Amino acid sequence: MTVYLVRRLIQALFVVLAMSVIVFVGVFAIGDPVEILISPDADQIERERAVQALGLDLPLWQQYLVFLGNALQGDLGRSFVFNEPALKLILQRMPATLELAFGAMFLSILIGLPLGLYAGLRPNAPASKAIMAGSILGFSLPTFWVGLMLIMVFAVQLGWLPSTGRGDTGTLFGLHWSFLTVDGLAHMAMPALNLALFKISLVIRLTRAGVRETMLMDYVKFARAKGLSPARVTFVHVFKNILIPVVTVVGLELGSTIAFSVVTESVFAWPGMGKLIIDSINVLDRPVIVAYLMIIVLMFITINLIVDLTYSMLDPRVRLETKGT
Amino acid sequence: MKKQFGRQLAAAAVVVAAGMGQAAAQTATIAVGAPVTSLDPHYHQLSPNNAVADTIFDRLVNTDVQSRAIPGLATEWRVIEPTVWEFRLRPNVRFQNGNAFTADDVAFTLARLPNVPNSPSSFAVYSRPLTRVEIIDPLTIRFHTAAPYPLLPLDMTNVRIVDKETAENATTADFNEVRAAVGTGPYRVVSHRNGDRIEFERFDGHWGERPAFQRINYRMITNDAARTAALLAGDVDLIDQVPTSDLTNLRRDQRVRLAEQVGLRLIFLGLDHQRAENENSPFVTDNDGRPLGRNPLRDVRVRQALSMAIDRRAIVDRIMEGAAVPANQFLPQGVFGNVPDLPAIPFDPDGARRLLAEAGYPQGFRIQLNGPNDRYINDARIIQAIGQMWTRIGVRTAVEAQPWTTFIGRAGRVEYSAFLIGWGSNPDGSHPLRNIMATFNRDRGWGASNRGRYSNPQVDGLLEQSLAEMDEPKRERLIIESMRIAMQDVGVVPLHIQTNVWATRRGFDYAASVDESTLPQRLRPAAR
Repeated sequence: MTVYLVRRLIQALFVVLAMSVIVFVGVFAIGDPVEILISPDADQIERERAVQALGLDLPLWQQYLVFLGNALQGDLGRSFVFNEPALKLILQRMPATLELAFGAMFLSILIGLPLGLYAGLRPNAPASKAIMAGSILGFSLPTFWVGLMLIMVFAVQLGWLPSTGRGDTGTLFGLHWSFLTVDGLAHMAMPALNLALFKISLVIRLTRAGVRETMLMDYVKFARAKGLSPARVTFVHVFKNILIPVVTVVGLELGSTIAFSVVTESVFAWPGMGKLIIDSINVLDRPVIVAYLMIIVLMFITINLIVDLTYSMLDPRVRLETKGT
Repeated sequence: MKKQFGRQLAAAAVVVAAGMGQAAAQTATIAVGAPVTSLDPHYHQLSPNNAVADTIFDRLVNTDVQSRAIPGLATEWRVIEPTVWEFRLRPNVRFQNGNAFTADDVAFTLARLPNVPNSPSSFAVYSRPLTRVEIIDPLTIRFHTAAPYPLLPLDMTNVRIVDKETAENATTADFNEVRAAVGTGPYRVVSHRNGDRIEFERFDGHWGERPAFQRINYRMITNDAARTAALLAGDVDLIDQVPTSDLTNLRRDQRVRLAEQVGLRLIFLGLDHQRAENENSPFVTDNDGRPLGRNPLRDVRVRQALSMAIDRRAIVDRIMEGAAVPANQFLPQGVFGNVPDLPAIPFDPDGARRLLAEAGYPQGFRIQLNGPNDRYINDARIIQAIGQMWTRIGVRTAVEAQPWTTFIGRAGRVEYSAFLIGWGSNPDGSHPLRNIMATFNRDRGWGASNRGRYSNPQVDGLLEQSLAEMDEPKRERLIIESMRIAMQDVGVVPLHIQTNVWATRRGFDYAASVDESTLPQRLRPAAR
């Protein structure tokens, strides 16, 4: 177990290192941040001063070494735009993104699992067909369009929900959270649903497929023959076995929701990390881009690790120690 | 008894209703399209930051909605000697922390400008011409310059004055965390969440006109459609940068009022003047795609032809939905340095073809027109339209639109033959002349944004004279002459000047301005 963990952490380190090189070279190739940040009024002398102030006058490899040296001491650089530590900026925005992502995941399980279960148990019922057709919409409609439609219907036409922003927040662990206030929850409803839509469909389909497959298994037939109640068969014998793929996918989806909810965050003006990263890319704010991607890499590795650990709990046949060899 | 109770109830209801009306009228919510990145007024020379700074702070010389200079923290200013300006400061002005405003604060502010660490675009350009700052008494200050410097009052419209005591050891982070964001302006900051929202409260000790709203919620909604939707949903009372695609609908919508004003931002085409007449321009070839062996853009007839081939009216009406005016120069009428008698550029494809033939290109040539696709309003669509218009006169045009991040670097390295770009002028003709039309020269600091490297000694000479001319009417005549020559020479191809558009909910009035700043103090309840 320990060997396995250590090996995973070393892998993580290499991925992070590779990531930082790729981002460094990538941003360098796109363009010059000073050209974008500098006021049009600035004369040539001012431009040179800005290049120097941001440390962009050194050759790229030197810039990278400086960055690496600082990173080893826990300093991922200062944002060119905000003049604040990149890490601090990202962590400030993290709660907003986290609660949105968890809200979306919660919705997807809350709605997706029962619907998928129903569709799997009664595949020919008209309601099941409607659920499956609906899930196709959930897959194929573009997020930004759905987001705008939600705003048009629920905020502009009906006036039930606020259109954008985060609303009032409550404080927990010294951080601001929207889910602690009613106003915050109202602000969260639409973006969370918008993010969840795709995941709901995914969970429905996975659950349905799993149920359909498991229902034909011998042990289910046997449980039925033994005279167990249909509820017990469904919720103990079938349910447990379909959870593995659902947990894997939801886990990975959680990662990508946290990392890349850019579209939803910008449509709903939700002040999370996704909005920060897209704004940073637009002005080539390299320290923030690098720090962000490094955090995301670490996060994905952690999530995968947790998913693997959950496997071994759900299915005793999965042995972590032997998996790597 | 019962009746009386009823009457009391009714009276109470009226009082409550009136109170609610007032409470509603005391808070306004504004959504802006460009994020504010810092509350430090000297960290980053960036329009959204400057707009917020103008809410919290004052300048020695303020500007009104027409961008005219008006007394701010200075009540008057005059030239003592050609190289000395004297500013008389406004008495009895207090900062939001109660400190008195004096000449010390001005001197401190000017000393701070070049010393803000890590600034990606500093305000040092405004303090650099000053050789010495002399405090005569607490309300009089003199600025000494190395050479006569007529633009000093204009420069002072860009410098927000901070409180010496508060800002002396403050970092940009201290400003962002509100502690140090203390000015003399009409609003003080209550809270600030980076890139999301700022909450303002009216500063009742402000020396000037009292703004209408007690509290302001200043939110940043960068997505255009979401910003419009927030206005229609009634979540916000004012939005800026109204997308042109929504203009037609909003003009008809009873719930919304538009506030429009022709601005100072010219959209124009830059052309390659760097390559000599017998050199190849990077994106110009003959009709078979072979190098031409010469740079046709150095021939004024070719430049005129390219300019005459553009139907500016069509671009303004159909692409910009009316939110622009066709332009023949940088500044609109009535602004210092506008050339009043410069004729409008005709739309004349036949004339353009004749000029091309005269210049030796009866069959035209091929060119690529570059531009950004995420910077200016409808930028990519404008270059597509121009590509077709040029092709119609025989200049077969390929169009390439790129994100600003990649585009601007290549434009800065003079890699393009023809490109679309914009310029937001200060309300003084010397500003676009010096930055765009003057010859690129590092030591003088001229032509820093001259990305086509246009160069004309006559333009430079007149500009140089104007920059040393302390007499305003004479200075304007010199600028007009310089600008006239540059425009007749088609150093750049002007397209249109953008209109700034704000939209408010019914019941609100916004004073639209020539500048693009969205200021809370310009928002008022509508007069009934």
